[in-house]
Parts: sequence; structure tokens; C-alpha cells
Amino acid sequence: MSEAAAAEVHGHGAVADQYEPSLTPGNSGKLGMWTFLAGDAMTFGAGIAAYGALRYQNVNWPDPADWLGISLTAVMTFILICSSVTMVEALSGITHGNIAKMQRFLGLTVLGGIAFLGCQAYEWHHLIWGEHLSIKTSLFSATFFILTGFHGLHVTGGVIYLGTLLMHSFQRAYTVADAKLIEIAGLYWHFVDLVWILIFTFVYLI
Amino acid sequence: MATEVSGHEAHAEPNYIAIFIYLAILTGVELLVYAMNFPTVLKIGLLVALAIAKATLVAMYFMHLAIERKGLWVIAATPMVLVAFCYLMLRPDLSSRAWTHQRHPEEQVGVHESAESAPPVSQPAAPQS
Repeated sequence: MSEAAAAEVHGHGAVADQYEPSLTPGNSGKLGMWTFLAGDAMTFGAGIAAYGALRYQNVNWPDPADWLGISLTAVMTFILICSSVTMVEALSGITHGNIAKMQRFLGLTVLGGIAFLGCQAYEWHHLIWGEHLSIKTSLFSATFFILTGFHGLHVTGGVIYLGTLLMHSFQRAYTVADAKLIEIAGLYWHFVDLVWILIFTFVYLI
Repeated sequence: MATEVSGHEAHAEPNYIAIFIYLAILTGVELLVYAMNFPTVLKIGLLVALAIAKATLVAMYFMHLAIERKGLWVIAATPMVLVAFCYLMLRPDLSSRAWTHQRHPEEQVGVHESAESAPPVSQPAAPQS
């Protein structure tokens, strides 16, 4: 069988056979972001796995409810979920050519991130200065500050990332062709939300 | 340029508000389970299941894994496999350490130092060997 015939059998043209089809057609940056997030997920995952391994059957581990306020973190969780919705609405806006909607919802997403960070700053302030808890106090406090701190850094990075995109959209008059920029940024933001869902359960609720 | 956004146009947009409502309901159920006096194993099992359900909803619909090419799952699933491996590698070592089984005399929060240790605020626990 000739090469061309073989290509036809496999349902691809000769050119398609030379190159592996992209996992994210038309948006190679999205594949880059997914790859970055996979690496980031391993870092978070290693942190959560270490947390679980240190805590499992450890009789000295305190009840998180004695130290951590669940009401505040439930609000923080709700804020992040809302910000994920505003993020997809921003993507929906630019995908349909509604740039004003995109800017409005991107702005709301940034505000959600800032509100989350405000709540986290309040929580840390209370724990450090009110409860005199530090990263050196115990395994409980060390894992708490490392996990929530690393996540907080990601939220901070996300606020800067999305805020920069928002300003850029005003300066450069975004069009529907820029939807992929918003989609890539959205992937990062949803990942931050996803990680918080796990941290909320493992660190605060269990 | 139209071809560049065809990736979005080709698939029906998920109902984001419905996903939001599911996530809010699941968070409410989580808080209910947290407040209930279930046996520990059942409580942990339910909370983990609810967290996985929420994370799956976010990945599938907000991150569009449900409508992306299936090959992307390889990238998304690899960290989960490695994290499970990481946990299983850590467990045998940690479970053999005495401080996980012996309650500290002063019942400090997770401190595994000797009884001479000052309160945790002024005298942080030394790192374990």
C-alpha cells in the first residue's frame, strides 16, 4: 500500500499524517496552560498528600474547628465559586463578540479574587496575632500556612494576571479573536478555584 | 479570525448558571455533613466524595474538559496518579514514627517535642530528625 493510500485509510491527509493533531486545535497556548497546570497540580498534590500522610492517625493533631473559622472559609469558598462563574461569563461575552460584557465580568472576577484575599488576610491576622499560631508552632500550623499560603499566592497571581488582561483589553480594544487569551486565563482561575475546593475540605472540614 | 474561535463555537456552551447552582448546593451539603454527628469514617468519606464531585464539575464544565479532545485527559489525570503514588510512598515511613501514636504530655497542637518544651508561641518546636 502506498503512503498516500495508507493516509487515506487512516482518515487523514498526507499533511495531517506528518504532524500529530493538536490536543487544543486553534489555541496552542491552551495546551501550554494545561501543561503548566499539570505541573502546578503536582506541587499542590504533593502538599496535600504530605498533609494527609502527616495527619493520618496522628493523635496529636488538633480538631481544625478549634482553630479555624468555618463560617468565614465557607464564605471564601462561595466567593471563589462566584468568581469562577463570572470568569466563564467573561469568556462567553468575548466569544459572542460582547466585549463590554467580557470586561464587566472580568472586573467582577478580579474583585472576587481581591475579596477572597481580604478574607484570607483577616484569617491569617487573627491566627498569627490573635491565636499566636505560627508556621513553627506545630505540624498542624505548618501544613495549614504552607497550603493556604501557596494557594493565596496563586490567587494573588491570578488577580494580577486577570487585572492585566482587563487593562490590556481597554488599551488594545479586544475583539472576538482575543477570546483565546481569556480562555487560557480562565483555565488558570478555575484551577485555583478547584484547588481551594480540595483545601477547604481537607484542611478545614475534615 | 473566525477559525480561531471555532473551538468555542463548535460546542454548545455549558449552562454555567446550572453548574454554579450545583456547586452552591454541594457546598451547602458539605456544611450540613460537617455539622452532623456522623461516624468519623462516614463523615470523611462523604466530605471527600462531595469535594471530588465539586472539583469534577469545575474541571468538566468550567475548564471545558467535557468538550475538549479526550487526549487532554492524559495531561489532566497524570498529576492525580502521581499524587496517589506520593501519598502511598509517604505512608509506610510516617506510620512507623512514634510521635503519631503517642499523645504529647502537654497536648499541644501537633507538637512532638519533649515535655520540657515551652508553650508553642514562645518556643517553637524544633524540626523533627
